[in-house]
Amino acid sequence: MTEDNVLVRVEHLKKYFPITRGIIFQRQVGAIKAVDDISFNIRRGETLGLVGESGCGKSTTGRTILQLYRPTAGSVFFEGQDLSKMKGEQLRRMRRKMQMIFQDPYASLNPRMTVGNIVGEPLEVHGVARGKERRERVQELLQLVGLNPYFINRYPHEFSGGQRQRIGVARALALNPSFIVCDEPISALDVSIQAQVVNLLEDLQEEFGLTYLFIAHDLSMVRHISDRVAVMYLGKIVELTDRNELYNNPLHPYTQALLSAVPIPDPVVEETRKRIILEGDVPSPANPPAGCNFSTRCPRVLDVCHEEEPEFKEVGPEHWVACHLIA
Amino acid sequence: MTTLLEVKGLKTRFYTQDGVVHAVNGISYTLDEGETLGIVGESGCGKSVSVLSTMRLIPEPPGKIVGGQVIFEGEDLLKMPMDEIRRVRGNKIAMIFQDPMTSLNPVLTIGRQVEEALELHMGMSRSQARQRAIELLQMVGIPQAEDRIDDYPHQFSGGMRQRVMIAMALSCNPQILIADEPTTALDVTIQAQIVDLVKRLRDEIGMAVIWITHDLGIIAGLADKVIVMYAGYIVETAPVKELYGDPRHPYTIGLLGSLPRLDAHQSRRLVSIEGLPPDLIDLPPGCPFAPRCNYIIDRCLEENPPLEVVGPNNHRIACWVDVKATPKLQ
Ligand SMILES: Nc1ncnc2c1ncn2[C@@H]1O[C@H](COP(=O)(O)OP(=O)(O)OP(=O)(O)O)[C@@H](O)[C@H]1O
Ligand SMILES: Nc1ncnc2c1ncn2[C@@H]1O[C@H](COP(=O)(O)OP(=O)(O)OP(=O)(O)O)[C@@H](O)[C@H]1O
Ligand code: SF4
Ligand code: SF4
Ligand SMILES: [Mg+2]
Ligand SMILES: [Mg+2]
Repeated sequence: MTEDNVLVRVEHLKKYFPITRGIIFQRQVGAIKAVDDISFNIRRGETLGLVGESGCGKSTTGRTILQLYRPTAGSVFFEGQDLSKMKGEQLRRMRRKMQMIFQDPYASLNPRMTVGNIVGEPLEVHGVARGKERRERVQELLQLVGLNPYFINRYPHEFSGGQRQRIGVARALALNPSFIVCDEPISALDVSIQAQVVNLLEDLQEEFGLTYLFIAHDLSMVRHISDRVAVMYLGKIVELTDRNELYNNPLHPYTQALLSAVPIPDPVVEETRKRIILEGDVPSPANPPAGCNFSTRCPRVLDVCHEEEPEFKEVGPEHWVACHLIA
Repeated sequence: MTTLLEVKGLKTRFYTQDGVVHAVNGISYTLDEGETLGIVGESGCGKSVSVLSTMRLIPEPPGKIVGGQVIFEGEDLLKMPMDEIRRVRGNKIAMIFQDPMTSLNPVLTIGRQVEEALELHMGMSRSQARQRAIELLQMVGIPQAEDRIDDYPHQFSGGMRQRVMIAMALSCNPQILIADEPTTALDVTIQAQIVDLVKRLRDEIGMAVIWITHDLGIIAGLADKVIVMYAGYIVETAPVKELYGDPRHPYTIGLLGSLPRLDAHQSRRLVSIEGLPPDLIDLPPGCPFAPRCNYIIDRCLEENPPLEVVGPNNHRIACWVDVKATPKLQ
């Protein structure tokens, strides 16, 4: 893969949140290892899916890439430049090219702002367009995401969940970004509305050559929308490969269990499917197990797994895995 | 198969400041012994209210059951005095809900709560109840149940709390378990654990199950029979393979088309159902799905279609149009 194909390069990224005690004299007594040394690339124009269970660090990964959280260690390169070293005006200018769409279409929009102001705010803040020009651009954006441009003076509560998510998409598109982190953009929506929003994201990607990091816990939807998929478990990426390769030939025991747990809406298929039922719960990221993070639940655990952390390495063409079972 | 529960023409309304919410609009179905019935539909279509109504758990006011019958063991539950209904609930018919925290008492230990259910419903002594509580917690897969029995609910994870709810629901060997989205808040691997557990217990005890969800995937592997609800109506019902293999109502067809499949080898564009479900305060006069339907004919705007048989095994839909013989509008 040539370097100019890569839009985002993540190297040994860590994000720890301190755990503190004491009210006046706060001292750090530990750390939540939300993201713990992950490395991967996102290519120009692709959709990279990021899946894993609640609390495994997906949102923190997205936010740390965008520098909404500053990394504890490691680097994020965007178009070859190290964002983790940037500050102030320089970072602000880079941020125009990177946007985020959030999970909750109810909480992520300011209820006291009109749709016009919500969508137009980034234009104002970055001094891109004002007054009539801004209004025209906002109406264009609303139309683009399938909303009536006459809605410009309405407030978020006057819209349904799917429509609010469209407003969030219009806002994210305002500054012509090249990269969008979609953090569970459809999880809060009804099935019939999810398809509307996913189709919109796909159409926009085609039209503007957008690059997506698509975060979700719905593996069926991730397979549908992604080119490649990364699987996360307890702050680490355990497997990353082409979406068809991942689903046809999952190598990591966690990926295998995760895929087998997803129900398929077809009773004939379900009748003969075998599930790998995992025991127990995910350990706390404040106190991950020694060795492999999955060792406490892994059905194929070896002795070495309790001592040595498996290395994340390329085991087949474009197929990356971290597991001692795979040489 | 003997019929265990028969719901006939059930109607529930909510009288609110904004108007009358037509939450459940005359639904009828049966549940056989040992059968698992799946009820699916989108948020607000009346799934919860329809089963809460059968158990008389609707807050009154603003709610009111305005019509219908719920026949269980030859008696109409809707006419039963409240104290008798309470004996049926939690004894012969048990329920589990989406959020176990709302049903568990945060200041009582897990063990105490299971024991109380046993003392109340099964008339056990305290020491009998404790022994049985440990067995039940083991049965639903709580590791080290003897040690964990004196923990409080907040010391358990979401999946473990849902297991405790199942243990309590099963404490009195119910004939029917009603599960209202019990896995919606859980991760898929934990969801698989819970579904697996319910299936195993169902087969062991031979109880019937009503499982409510918006996830057509779960239902496919769990139910014998499925009801699809839309705007407070049943729009399609059939044995599970019939429903997924030969869906006949435009809404069911749309729902199944809007789902991506994990085992799909190439991606196709998802079929989306445009528009939104109707406002239950202001339902259109004809078919409630008409504003979003691709098969609509004039009659749909005037008359609401009844639920009628269209295929084998009592496959029924509420639609004026035979979608197999009709091209879809663009
Ligand atoms: N601002 C924060 N301060 C402290 N801890 C945090 C913060 N944000 C996240 N965490 C912790 O970091 C871990 C990873 O959280 P994150 O939100 O990234 O998970 P996620 O994979 O997005 O989960 P979900 O699927 O539930 O959204 C969790 O244990 C979470 O509690
Ligand atoms: N206490 C209440 N007061 C007023 N309206 C109510 C009340 N409870 C339910 N409703 C209304 O009744 C309708 C049916 O609600 P119900 O809870 O049965 O939906 P549901 O299908 O279970 O949805 P979900 O998937 O979101 O749980 C909804 O329109 C809801 O707003
Ligand atoms: S390294 Fe060991 S514990 Fe970890 S996933 Fe592989 S086999 Fe399981
Ligand atoms: S009755 Fe008419 S509007 Fe309703 S689902 Fe059938 S075709 Fe569509
Ligand atoms: Mg998240
Ligand atoms: Mg409900």
